[in-house]
Amino acid sequence: MTKAGTLQVTTPSEREIRMTRTFDAPREVVYEALTNPSLVRRWLGALEGWTFEICEIDARIGGSYRYLWRHADGSELGMRGTYLDVVRPERIVSTEVFDQAWYEGHAVGTAVLTERDGRTTLTTTIRYDSKAIRDAVLRSPMESGVAQGYDRLEELLAAQAA
Amino acid sequence: MRSDRLDATFAALSDPTRRAILARLAKGDASVAELAEPFAMSQPAISKHLKVLERAGLVSRGRDAQRRPRRLEARPLAEVTEWLEHYRQFWEANYERLDSVLAEMQRLSGSREIPPRKEGRR
Repeated sequence: MTKAGTLQVTTPSEREIRMTRTFDAPREVVYEALTNPSLVRRWLGALEGWTFEICEIDARIGGSYRYLWRHADGSELGMRGTYLDVVRPERIVSTEVFDQAWYEGHAVGTAVLTERDGRTTLTTTIRYDSKAIRDAVLRSPMESGVAQGYDRLEELLAAQAA
Repeated sequence: MRSDRLDATFAALSDPTRRAILARLAKGDASVAELAEPFAMSQPAISKHLKVLERAGLVSRGRDAQRRPRRLEARPLAEVTEWLEHYRQFWEANYERLDSVLAEMQRLSGSREIPPRKEGRR
């Protein structure tokens, strides 16, 4: 179990990204905050200048979700997906497709909630198509290619080894 | 081109032994024999991992002809790190807001229904 408040991002395989974060709440509460639209819209993607226009969630196997954010300048960011597996309050498996297709193909996200001593560790693993990773990377700010020192490296390796 | 190398970097990093080799090289150059020491692995097995790391551009060979020390090449890793860092910052911000939502839910425990805040709130 990770320390509360520390987000670990790792790449368990070449097509996956995994995030691990511990929250100071029982998993029934965390699960609710992940699946209740009126709660989700308060924390997910609430970036400067963006409003959450549509937040619909039907967290049942075969159900779907729909998110749409709109910027003050009129641009939109939308995504949708289908729930492949849902076990309250333990696991949520869903597909994710962005309207603007900033990467090709689709991705499958698996969220696993484990509770210990009243705290919940949320492990989210997103598996992309190989090409999807490539396209995402091409569009990322990495293009500007700022060289980094060894300090970040240690941090990455520590996260990788965890 | 660049994305192919990034794929190779991700692939190279997907193995725990290879990550341990990189962690060791982050402390300084080392020969194959020195690298094999802490692992319960033969030198040929380590060499195989080193080949994968070399192909990904993560490790190079030093000048010393006898020891052929391996050296960490930071640039491909920096590219991966930068990409992950961007991702991390987005999710850190999300999860910090989620912390507040969870704290409020627990303060109001007993009641599942928490009214949504007004639009435009940050």
